[in-house]
Amino acid sequence: MMTAETLVEISDLNFSYDTRAILNGVNMTMKRGQVIAIMGGSGSGKTTLLKLIGGEVTPSSGYVKVSGQVIHELNRDALFAMRRKMGMLFQFGALFTDLSVFDNVAFQMREHSDLPESMIRDLVLMKLHAVGLRGAHRLMPAQLSGGMSRRVALARSIALDPMLMMFDEPFTGLDPISLSVIGSLIRRLTDALEMTSIIVTHDVQESLSIVDYVYFIADGVIAAHGTPEEVKVSKAPFVHQFVHGETDGPVPFHYPAQTYLKDLQLEKTVA
Amino acid sequence: MQRATLDLWVGLFVLAGIGALMILSLKVGNLDTYNGSGTYVIKGNFENIGGLKIRAPVKSSGVVVGRVADIQFSTKTYDAIVTMNIEQRYQFPKDTFASILTSGLLGEQYIGLDAGGDEAMLKEGDTIMKTNSAMVLEEMIGRFLFDKASEDDAF
Amino acid sequence: MPKRIIAGIQKVGHRTIEGIRRLGHATLFFLLVLLKSGTSLRRFNLVVRELYYVGVLSLIIIVVSGLFVGMVLGLQGYETLQKYGSESAVGTLVALSLVRELGPVVAALLFASRAGSAITAEIGLMKATEQLSAMGMMAVDPVARVVAPRFWAGVISMPLLAAIFSVMGIFGGYLVAVVFIGVDAGSFWSQMQSNVDFRIDILNGFIKSCFFGVAVTAIAVFEGYDSPPTAEGVSGATTRTVVTSSLVILGLDFILTAFMFRGL
Repeated sequence: MMTAETLVEISDLNFSYDTRAILNGVNMTMKRGQVIAIMGGSGSGKTTLLKLIGGEVTPSSGYVKVSGQVIHELNRDALFAMRRKMGMLFQFGALFTDLSVFDNVAFQMREHSDLPESMIRDLVLMKLHAVGLRGAHRLMPAQLSGGMSRRVALARSIALDPMLMMFDEPFTGLDPISLSVIGSLIRRLTDALEMTSIIVTHDVQESLSIVDYVYFIADGVIAAHGTPEEVKVSKAPFVHQFVHGETDGPVPFHYPAQTYLKDLQLEKTVA
Repeated sequence: MQRATLDLWVGLFVLAGIGALMILSLKVGNLDTYNGSGTYVIKGNFENIGGLKIRAPVKSSGVVVGRVADIQFSTKTYDAIVTMNIEQRYQFPKDTFASILTSGLLGEQYIGLDAGGDEAMLKEGDTIMKTNSAMVLEEMIGRFLFDKASEDDAF
Repeated sequence: MPKRIIAGIQKVGHRTIEGIRRLGHATLFFLLVLLKSGTSLRRFNLVVRELYYVGVLSLIIIVVSGLFVGMVLGLQGYETLQKYGSESAVGTLVALSLVRELGPVVAALLFASRAGSAITAEIGLMKATEQLSAMGMMAVDPVARVVAPRFWAGVISMPLLAAIFSVMGIFGGYLVAVVFIGVDAGSFWSQMQSNVDFRIDILNGFIKSCFFGVAVTAIAVFEGYDSPPTAEGVSGATTRTVVTSSLVILGLDFILTAFMFRGL
């Protein structure tokens, strides 16, 4: 693992919507063959980070480098060429509802290559076999359960054997069985295809069991990072609270407010 | 939906649309009798054209043989020059008589052609010599009253 | 009180600026769609697919409405014209009303509520469920792949639907006037034919429907692409498509009529 090349390099990354800062000086490095989890509460800027890597938004300052190229400096064609080497699994799969499972997986092959239909058929069935849904290739997305449609989406996003996979909340809204199926698929595919996987999630238990490295993001900065083993035994208050799901701690239970007594008008205000 | 079925429906739709356009053009709009290539131009000077308009039909024995293409006022002769497009297949003698008529009592006005007996035919650009102006209602009534008055005087 | 007045004026100003900004966005988007139409023309089967959803599925409403509008025109026209003893002109009345105005306008209004709203809802929903983002991440431009084929399908469908509407209407008028009431069939057709001109009436009606097709589909794809990615956002955009298209159709119809038939 030490000798593996660095695939993604994020340096001093800042991003803000209007005047609201979302990310504030983020630094990360990700190597080939690694599964990396980015964790944090809702609205902590995790999804924005994926959009920055995918080039959907431009950073205010700093940069994201993928295999040596600064993403936001690429022109449209170069960005699209780069995206062919990336895959992204959206939160609810984002399957094309007007195409069948087979056509969904075949979509990129048909758009980006002139492969004969017979070869596309073999490739699609191989990808679907990898996620265990070869038998469902005739179904329409509306006929799939949540876990199945995410597996199809996973097959679709690895259609062109990407070097970088991004997962936006892959575990949300899944039953425990589907959840561990997706989890082990991510690990297995990462190893088999020798790619890098970035998982944005707040599901601690499942992700700690499959990842190589964890970053915690809070309020736009990296609050903590380490391997799963380090994280599990970490005494840092934030990490401890997050990993063990405690209601109060550095992340307060209460939204900032004036004192309770004052709000209930029980405290006499001094005139 | 199967690709073939979809193609079939779209094909039927496009054919129906083009068919509808054809019906409108040929059956309703008379495109077949209104084409610039198969016509020749003749002119006629009228003292008064009444309510004749461009595109009004030119008829002979009630059959539409052409249409009015243009109406101008001549400052030399102080009358109206009416240009007509006549279909190539209808040839008329030189001494054809053109009059402005009205279809029905209040209907639209058209030009009626009455063929003469000349051996020579009208050619492209020729002018009809014998014309008859439009009936103007006021003049008709005026003449009628005048005649009536002179009848009364006779008694 | 003055504060309220100022606030009111500010509201008007804000609305105006927002309106103009949206119009600018829509125009730029329209140009973008035209610019990225290459894919649709090269892979015409994408357009054919949309022609089914936009055109074929609008056929029933167009055929039925056309038939009824024509039948009503025939009935009303006959009732009025027979007072002047010119019931044979009913063919002219039906054909001219349909070919010049009702065909293009009513067909476009129906098209906006049937196909326009469907286009907006579909694109809006694809956006809300991140299908468009997913497509972008797969290095496929959603404007070229999703929006442009729908736009061209609409532009192609509209004149065809308007022509079908007019023909069905004329048939409906014929049915009422000739078959039910008993106007002479010969004079029905001949009066129609001698009064409807190919260039002035039919060609202009056709041009009108082309304009309406561009306007309705451009509005529909823009509203869909621009809709907020939520359920309320999509439903609001769908409503706006129908309302805006209807107003644009009627306004555009007046302008086009003024140019075509008055030679302004």
